[in-house]
Amino acid sequence: MSISIRGVSKRFGDFVALDDVSLEVPTGSLTALLGPSGSGKSTLLRIVAGLEKPDTGVVRIADEDVTAHAPQDRGIGFVFQHYAAFKHMTVWQNVAFGLKIRKLPKDEIRERVARLLELVQLAGLADRYPSQLSGGQRQRMGLARALAVDPKVLLLDEPFGALDARVRRELRVWLRRLHDETHTTTVIVTHDQEEAMEVAETVAVMNRGRIEQIAGPIELYERPANEFVMGFVGSVNRIGDAFVRPHDLELSPVPNGTTREAMVMRLVHLGFDVRVELVRDDGQELLAQLTREEAAALELAVGQIVYVRPTRQTTFAG
Amino acid sequence: MRRARRHGLRSIALGYLLIVLLGPLTMVFWRTFEHGFGRAWDAVSDPYAVHAFELTLIIAAIAVPANTVFGIVCALAIVRRRFPGKGLVNAFVDLPLALSPVVVGAALFALYGRGGWFYGWFSRHGIDILFALPSMVLATVFVSVPFVAREVVPTLREIGDDQEQAAHTLGASGWQTFWRITLPSIRWAVIYGVVLTTARCLGEYGAVAVVSGRLEGKTETATLRVQDQYENFNLPGAYAISLVLAATAVVVLVTMTLIRPSRGAEGGTGFVGGAPGSQERTA
Repeated sequence: MSISIRGVSKRFGDFVALDDVSLEVPTGSLTALLGPSGSGKSTLLRIVAGLEKPDTGVVRIADEDVTAHAPQDRGIGFVFQHYAAFKHMTVWQNVAFGLKIRKLPKDEIRERVARLLELVQLAGLADRYPSQLSGGQRQRMGLARALAVDPKVLLLDEPFGALDARVRRELRVWLRRLHDETHTTTVIVTHDQEEAMEVAETVAVMNRGRIEQIAGPIELYERPANEFVMGFVGSVNRIGDAFVRPHDLELSPVPNGTTREAMVMRLVHLGFDVRVELVRDDGQELLAQLTREEAAALELAVGQIVYVRPTRQTTFAG
Repeated sequence: MRRARRHGLRSIALGYLLIVLLGPLTMVFWRTFEHGFGRAWDAVSDPYAVHAFELTLIIAAIAVPANTVFGIVCALAIVRRRFPGKGLVNAFVDLPLALSPVVVGAALFALYGRGGWFYGWFSRHGIDILFALPSMVLATVFVSVPFVAREVVPTLREIGDDQEQAAHTLGASGWQTFWRITLPSIRWAVIYGVVLTTARCLGEYGAVAVVSGRLEGKTETATLRVQDQYENFNLPGAYAISLVLAATAVVVLVTMTLIRPSRGAEGGTGFVGGAPGSQERTA
């Protein structure tokens, strides 16, 4: 089911959390709200869920105006950053909660909870309490609990934010697969551009209560709408008015007409990639990204002089 | 050195408790049975004493549920809601802790006694407030207001409203959320608050002494009877009733200690359990 957000604004005292935001989330899609903290992305998600009230604007879920509806009447599933697990209930009871509230027959509850626990790979831990689970397990329980009520839309608020890097990556892949199977319209809030790009088909980049750009991951990276988006979805060098990605800097051992002289200040080996920090003869600091082979061919060392040329650069009008 | 210091601290704490708490209690125990079990039994089983115990229980049976409900509602309002005058409510809940019970009694006397604001209406309708059960209940309710709220407020703060929001998103109404999520989460704080409230109600003396008239066999509670026996030079009787009151308190506290959950097992908080985060693990 689709979500439609039109002209939503929200203030907390003097702070403008959302400033006239509009966003369409088509049925069956997976959309990410990406932005730094304080950009309004969580507030926007909580407004869709009904956990916050917008000052102005309209929220529609499945073409129904739900702006005045309470969270329990919206048909949503919500996953919280800090799990919000019901601590006094077992995993099984947590997942069954929404179904019991809906007074489903006992047999059906048992069957659905069993199926969901299977789906999130927690079938063996049904009788545990949340305090006996790892963070990753708790969040999978949170997902099963949200999916149990067969929501029209699934809303995830920084769902992997409290987990360590390895579990994060695992759950990301797993969420993507889950979405491919269930096709539930999903909105995920994240401050991690890699997470947004990996999981979502559409990314809405937010900054200071506004949406800066709505695009797919490739377009976002290749054709950022402005300086903020360019800087937020990847590292960038600013050279005068131009912006250059680190991998669009070409390093060569000898000068040619268009290169500038620079000195290697620092080398960082990141497995396949090598990050090279340079300073140009005019004092401009640069960050270059090379493959291991390229770096080896140049025989890079700290203090070495190389010749740098941007192969591709972006400028923004105004 | 460190071990010696720890033993030193422990000795001071134990010694203090011994002198201040256990010493007097032991003396009451000793004095009660000094002249044999029979005298003590006579003192607690005579009809006036039985009536005094009954009256104390009746008053507690009204005051404790009333203050439990009020305490929970009040704590929810203080922690979960924003409203003008919230700071004032928060401060006023503690007022009975700061106010001498005698003052509470005097205030009720002024309100319901001859010339008081409410005197006319009640006397016209033939309802006795002073020197009768209603004023004694009012006095006891007043002095035992803070305990449930004071226990529940920090627990509510600590658990946050995440779980309540999650319940809402899963379709639960406010009422369902309260019964299924909030109340189970704060239940140990509530129980502990109820225990403290009960103890305060059973032990109330000052305010009730002023408004009850202390009529033997009519408006005399257990604590008032202790004083009455004391004034009539029946010291063993006074000690015997005191002992019943003290024993009740000890039994309740020991039971509480035994049945409360082990640290952090279910996220019990506040005075009773450990911090809910204390057992959290990460993957």
